[in-house]
Amino acid sequence: MSDWKVSDSDYESREYDMIEATKDSNYMDVLREIGNIGAGNATTALAQMVNCKIDMEVPKVKVLSFNELTSIFGGPDKPVIGVLFDLSMDVDGMMLFVLDIKSAKSLANLLLMGMSEGEDLTEMDMSTLREVGNIISGAYVYSLSEMTNMTIWTSVPYLAKDMAGAVLSVPAIEIAKTSDEALIIETVFKDGDNDIGGYFILIPEQKSFDEIMKKLGVK
Amino acid sequence: MEKCDVIIGIAQLHVSRAPGRIVTIGLGSCVGVTLYDPINHIGGMVHIMLSDSKKFAINRMGGEILNKGKYADTGIEELLTQMIAIGADRRNIVAKIAGGAQMFEIKEGNDILSIGEKNIEASKNVLENLGICVVAEDTGMDYGRTIELNLDNGDLLVRTVTQKEKYI
Repeated sequence: MSDWKVSDSDYESREYDMIEATKDSNYMDVLREIGNIGAGNATTALAQMVNCKIDMEVPKVKVLSFNELTSIFGGPDKPVIGVLFDLSMDVDGMMLFVLDIKSAKSLANLLLMGMSEGEDLTEMDMSTLREVGNIISGAYVYSLSEMTNMTIWTSVPYLAKDMAGAVLSVPAIEIAKTSDEALIIETVFKDGDNDIGGYFILIPEQKSFDEIMKKLGVK
Repeated sequence: MEKCDVIIGIAQLHVSRAPGRIVTIGLGSCVGVTLYDPINHIGGMVHIMLSDSKKFAINRMGGEILNKGKYADTGIEELLTQMIAIGADRRNIVAKIAGGAQMFEIKEGNDILSIGEKNIEASKNVLENLGICVVAEDTGMDYGRTIELNLDNGDLLVRTVTQKEKYI
């Protein structure tokens, strides 16, 4: 089993206008909780799979403009891996798990017990990432589902490897329908000296967002 | 890149006279629309996220849309207005478009994943209504694009991770 500690997440927010503030800070609380519990579940699942100890850092919730989203990865032209899921049943929307290539390689290598070759991602790495993305995202969705007592189905994972700007345009467009900022959960897994940084973007449709808030008793 | 190059981000727009280039990096399901007046050597680019400002009400405060570059209708109109303001002649202006990819494998009837296609369609409709001819396009498929508009001649360079770079 893994050792993982979860304490209060950090906020990395900035000022935004009054009307949005209530909604967003509540939503950030929710995301922070999903981040904490989800990352804990994910770490446990990963550790069981590879049968070794995996640590995680306390997840951070960040509020970013669309153009800042890609800066996490070093700019819109930097290559990333995105694993996307459709959410359905009680919550409609989507969830995206994004990694830079180095983290993706480390994660694949972890699962493949160090047998992943070269610097670039192989076919084997990609299919491993699809599965591990599935497991990690499943852990997050499970925590949301438990907290809200809502049934959430996730689709099969869809994978894309491309420029950060291009991959992130998909959630950005969906968010743009109602907002100019995205909320993102940063999770860092630690396997020995390797830091594996992964980012989650949860995008419920407006109706589902309201429903989640209602279930959590947030107005 | 040279000094007079301008890079625009998502939902932004820019117009300029030659020399120089206007660049946008990592177009995915968004659409890059460029307008160019080859006689006066004036060009512009907008990085569009959504098809229609009337459908999505978020930015409409007091009836005015704050972020015009976000939508196909307001973005392209604003681009045209700004180009004419710095001396472009509407009759000369032609358009090139790029982007609107399906970044993730499409599932039948999935609104989220078919947004690229909708953005292309909307952009073409807006251009048609404004009487602007689309002379070249590199749209759809499943990969991201970086585009550079050369203000000297209106060439549009399209770069991707997996494909050979090309001018359209």
